[in-house]
Amino acid sequence: MDSSFAQRRRRDLIVAACLAVLAALVPLFVKDVYVQNIMVLTLMYAALSQSWNILGGYCGQISLGHALYFGLGAYTTTLLFTKFGVLPWFGMLGGGLISALIAMALGYPCFRLRGHYFVIATIVIAEISYLLFLNWDWAGAALGIDVPVRGDSWATFQFTRSKLPFYYFALVFCCVAWLVTWWLEDSKWGYWWRAVKDNPDAAESLGVVVFNSKMGAAAVSAFLTAIGGAFYAQFVSYIDPESVMSFHFSLLMALPAVLGGIGTLWGPVLGAVILIPLTELTRSFIGGSGRGVDLILYGAVIVLISLARPEGLIGLFSRRRKGVAR
Amino acid sequence: MGLLYGLIAVGLALIFGLMDVTNFAHGEFLMLAMYVTFFLFAFFAIDPLLAAPLVAAAMFVFGAAIYIVIVRFAMRAKANIGMVQIFTTFGLAILMRGLAQFFFTPDYRSIPVSWLGGKTVSLGGIFLPVPQLVGALISLGAFGALFFFIKKTDFGRALEATREDAGAVALIGIDKNRVFALGWGLGAALVGLAGAVMAMFFYIYPDVGASFALIAYVTVALGGFGSVFGAFAGGIIVGLVEATTALILPPSLKSVGIYAVYLLVVFIRPRGLFGSI
Repeated sequence: MDSSFAQRRRRDLIVAACLAVLAALVPLFVKDVYVQNIMVLTLMYAALSQSWNILGGYCGQISLGHALYFGLGAYTTTLLFTKFGVLPWFGMLGGGLISALIAMALGYPCFRLRGHYFVIATIVIAEISYLLFLNWDWAGAALGIDVPVRGDSWATFQFTRSKLPFYYFALVFCCVAWLVTWWLEDSKWGYWWRAVKDNPDAAESLGVVVFNSKMGAAAVSAFLTAIGGAFYAQFVSYIDPESVMSFHFSLLMALPAVLGGIGTLWGPVLGAVILIPLTELTRSFIGGSGRGVDLILYGAVIVLISLARPEGLIGLFSRRRKGVAR
Repeated sequence: MGLLYGLIAVGLALIFGLMDVTNFAHGEFLMLAMYVTFFLFAFFAIDPLLAAPLVAAAMFVFGAAIYIVIVRFAMRAKANIGMVQIFTTFGLAILMRGLAQFFFTPDYRSIPVSWLGGKTVSLGGIFLPVPQLVGALISLGAFGALFFFIKKTDFGRALEATREDAGAVALIGIDKNRVFALGWGLGAALVGLAGAVMAMFFYIYPDVGASFALIAYVTVALGGFGSVFGAFAGGIIVGLVEATTALILPPSLKSVGIYAVYLLVVFIRPRGLFGSI
């Protein structure tokens, strides 16, 4: 049993490496800027969903307020850059650290709550900060902030002519999020989290410090999410509370993980690869009518997948694998 | 206003709390009810006040149908049932919003003239708008009826029992799906009532539900899951807090007070005010 688990982990790593190399080669053949844009978004959502999955999937603490951390990452980076001229790379790290700290500060009272009460508390906290940013004049309030263009360079992480640097950064980000999850899965923390998810009382009685495990998961998850936020701010070079901190965004972050397979290594990636291109394509091809046909399709797909594959689309793969083994 | 929040919330409380099913499409139920009221007015010139029972009846059928066609299957999931419910109903919400945009167009609509619209009444020197007042009275009546219904009738007891232990309930011959379909119908009917009243003094547009849904969740949780009285009390508190916050902070921040009160309550009492779960 143990060896087959080790085998599976080695195979996962090899598959991931192959996929990463493939993904790195794709831009050599795909020159279309529109398609590249979708690929960047797909990778970003895969990484974000992977980060969400650490807290929501592995540790079982369903947060629907992750837009807070995403927004904090985006705002920290952008504010430091526009107001103090600090390079985005430091802002990115700073935003990550601030988010992790805030996640732990918020976790302190919140992790005592269970079930719906916890979920609603996460929504409410994110919503409060959304409203505060919406009214905070120094930070651009509802108008948002334009990131001033200082020419293309890696130092300022701005590229106006090509999307490729963003693509490769998103790819690296996605790989890092995946690797962190992969590594955590077989670490002490990973086992604690799953124990906490399945039965917190039993875990506690066996010596798992439930509270600390939740805090750890929240910190890692928030840190990675904020990096994503910082990246997004550089990518679109314009942020406002609506686009980086609204409740809708929290749901979008969780969606790929849930549809792909919650609490699994590949679920978020699979979910993002299917969902994001679908969203973007329907939006640009039939969304222009303004009649909401894209929303109808999108909503219907979510309902159908949730109903048909409650364990996530990843279930399709594992079933086939079992069939082959027999 | 608080009583109306209460009425929206109590419909949700019924679904959310008593059956322990998350419904993220509750705001869209409200939106639909408002549109039904609007079209009854526009095509048949039925005043919203008269339309209210019709809308409630239509929403009852709609809610029960949604349960039978969609939610029933979401409840069958073996793994992470909570997430399946959240995202099935979230998908449903997006679907309904899309359909509303498609059929009703994104235009803002309102009911310009109704029997009560725009009238005010003076109560000991305080002027109150009549539609809101009537809404409050309807809410009070609906609460009373519902409270009686849950506590005193066989159906109410069957509903609570089914949540507690669906297996045992099946053994004594109660069909879980029938009970829950009725529960969904009732929850939707209540929001239908709220929608009909609100159509008198609110703009009607496809996204209208979103702004109320979040407050409705908070109201239910504030009062405590599994308690109809809690949702009622939660509604009144939310209404009062909102009015107070609007006096101190700019109007765009008025919800902050509600959210802060929710956090304060659950940090002190993690089950909400009157919660049993």
